[in-house]
Amino acid sequence: MPESPGTVKALGARALAHRLFWPLAALGALLVVNLIATPTFFNVRIQDGHLFGSLVDIVRNGAPVLLVAIGMTLVIATRGIDLSVGAVAAIAGAVACVYIVKSPADGAAGTAVVAVTMALAVCVALGLWNGFLVSVVGIQPIIATLVLMVAGRGIAMLVTGGQITTVNNDTFAALASGHLLTLPVAALIALGVFAATQIVVRRTALGLLIESVGINPEASRLAGVRSRTIIWTVYVFAALCAGTAGLIVAANTHSVNANSLGLWIELDAILAVVIGGTSLAGGRFSLTGTLVGAMLIATLTRTIPNIGIPAEANYLFKALVVVIVCLLQSPKARAVLQRRRDRTPTGPSREEAVV
Amino acid sequence: MSITVPEEGLLARAARFSPPRRYLPVLGTFALFIGMFGVGGIRYEGFADPQVFLTLLLDNAFLIVLAVGMTFVILTGGIDLSVGSNVALSTLIAARTLELGWPVVAVIGVVLLAGTLLGTAMGLLIHYFDIQPFIATLAGMFLARGLCYLISVDSIPIKDETFSAIAFGSITLPGGYYLGWTAVFALVIVAVAAYVLSSTRFGRTVYALGGSEPSALLMGLPVAATKVGVYAISGLCAALGGLLFALYTLSGYSLHAVGMELDAIAAVVIGGTLLTGGRGFVIGSLLGVLVLGTIQTFISFDGTLSSWWTRITIGVLVLVFVVAQRVLTRR
Repeated sequence: MPESPGTVKALGARALAHRLFWPLAALGALLVVNLIATPTFFNVRIQDGHLFGSLVDIVRNGAPVLLVAIGMTLVIATRGIDLSVGAVAAIAGAVACVYIVKSPADGAAGTAVVAVTMALAVCVALGLWNGFLVSVVGIQPIIATLVLMVAGRGIAMLVTGGQITTVNNDTFAALASGHLLTLPVAALIALGVFAATQIVVRRTALGLLIESVGINPEASRLAGVRSRTIIWTVYVFAALCAGTAGLIVAANTHSVNANSLGLWIELDAILAVVIGGTSLAGGRFSLTGTLVGAMLIATLTRTIPNIGIPAEANYLFKALVVVIVCLLQSPKARAVLQRRRDRTPTGPSREEAVV
Repeated sequence: MSITVPEEGLLARAARFSPPRRYLPVLGTFALFIGMFGVGGIRYEGFADPQVFLTLLLDNAFLIVLAVGMTFVILTGGIDLSVGSNVALSTLIAARTLELGWPVVAVIGVVLLAGTLLGTAMGLLIHYFDIQPFIATLAGMFLARGLCYLISVDSIPIKDETFSAIAFGSITLPGGYYLGWTAVFALVIVAVAAYVLSSTRFGRTVYALGGSEPSALLMGLPVAATKVGVYAISGLCAALGGLLFALYTLSGYSLHAVGMELDAIAAVVIGGTLLTGGRGFVIGSLLGVLVLGTIQTFISFDGTLSSWWTRITIGVLVLVFVVAQRVLTRR
């Protein structure tokens, strides 16, 4: 950067310092790679009144991770973490599918609505349980949610009886493959939850309170913030998001496999949150960052097979992304980089981004 | 080690008659194991047979070794999510190099080197770049799983004679019982680890680090070397566990050991090691693995219980131990 003088340099420095610069740059780079591999990658066409195209697919397939990541963002903002979301997703899928299969009118729209409501109610209960362990019993979040992470898949298998339960319900399937106003329903749900959450936490004091709890729960409590209630709420919200994601995944395959539904989704979600610049130390979060992170992961998943690398190599690239993003965000790594390039004086803006 | 202030109440009074409080969780696990075995012995014919216990060791040899490595990491207050993937990678490296006709010693050397390198790399990231253990080892987990797929997507059988000989080899104990070599090896690892943790400078530094990292630093302890060291040890143990797993299944497969890191963590927690670090014993982790194994034996002896009860029971046990620790360490 030392070569460009004046205002351009200042602008560049400010863009570089923005915490979403690197994730957005990575997302852009991935899209360019895709475009080079497949020149028609950006094509979007309307067929039968539905939007089709790779970009639409990315948003649709990224919906479950985005949903889980939104809940996870708020949990992480309170200095917590929720490892149980994958298991909760599996339980939600299991409850809904088993209810639909057992019900006498298993194709009816009403059955699907009841099934979804029931599944989400179970998720609220699971969220309450996590929140109880964290906020009332006072167990570290990573350990408290580990309990449900370990036991959850067992519970999901208990619900399904260990079988892969297949459902034939068009209303339920529409959760994943349906379209509304030409857009895929799954993407609309995820983006809707994103918008609603963003409005609630940024237009009310809730976001600020969550951050204050994340910075110092004890001080927040003394300042009159109901830390316990807030912590409890975010875990319930995270479980609800996870449950919705689980329902979408189950609807997508018309079935639920308690062993594999939502497997490792917690890791993808945490990855999305970290890429988005939310600090794992709590106290600072960016839902927009999470959106970028989730889309980055979804695009990456799409890119790998598109450029002719076996889809299984996905994990390798995810590992690289995790390491690179973490290094870029790590104050120590930045300091090392800074020392290297610091022959010329640097603006204060870069320091700011370190936080 | 933190000092616990005696408090009023039944629990404190009971504790006054018991051995030092730091042994309580391990004794609890031991009692649990004996109790479960006793119940099994009463309920099912042949459960109390010593051979069942020896088979338990054999079937869980790899998990014992994994739990030993995990104990080191958790004692420093960290966590290692990569061990399951590391096991899969080790089985694949072993199977692939054997397929290429490498000598067995070289195969073992390469596997151990790869595992240790992966662990060391994560340790370096964690210590020198302040990346949370959770995230750094998550990257390690993805990396190892990805490397597995690069080596082979399909399962590779191991047909090497030396490997089969070790896999089926056993020592005969008095009374006609037998114990597999892999189980003996796992027990040796436990003994070595217990010695290292209790009686070496490195081991004591691990405890100090878990107690309070700033204090350890101020005391002039080699924090950097120890912190990187525990992850290297965990990587090494995962590679050893991988070799044992390769012997157990006689194959290398990229989908081996999915979620095994959870079992290892659960075993360590059930073994009474504090997840916040600083307290715990390797012997506890061994008992933790045995408890997990007993649950499975229980279910296979019963025949009417479904396999998912294993997971639910493990979850409940983890919960009980975590809550108990919380109560015990509350000031």
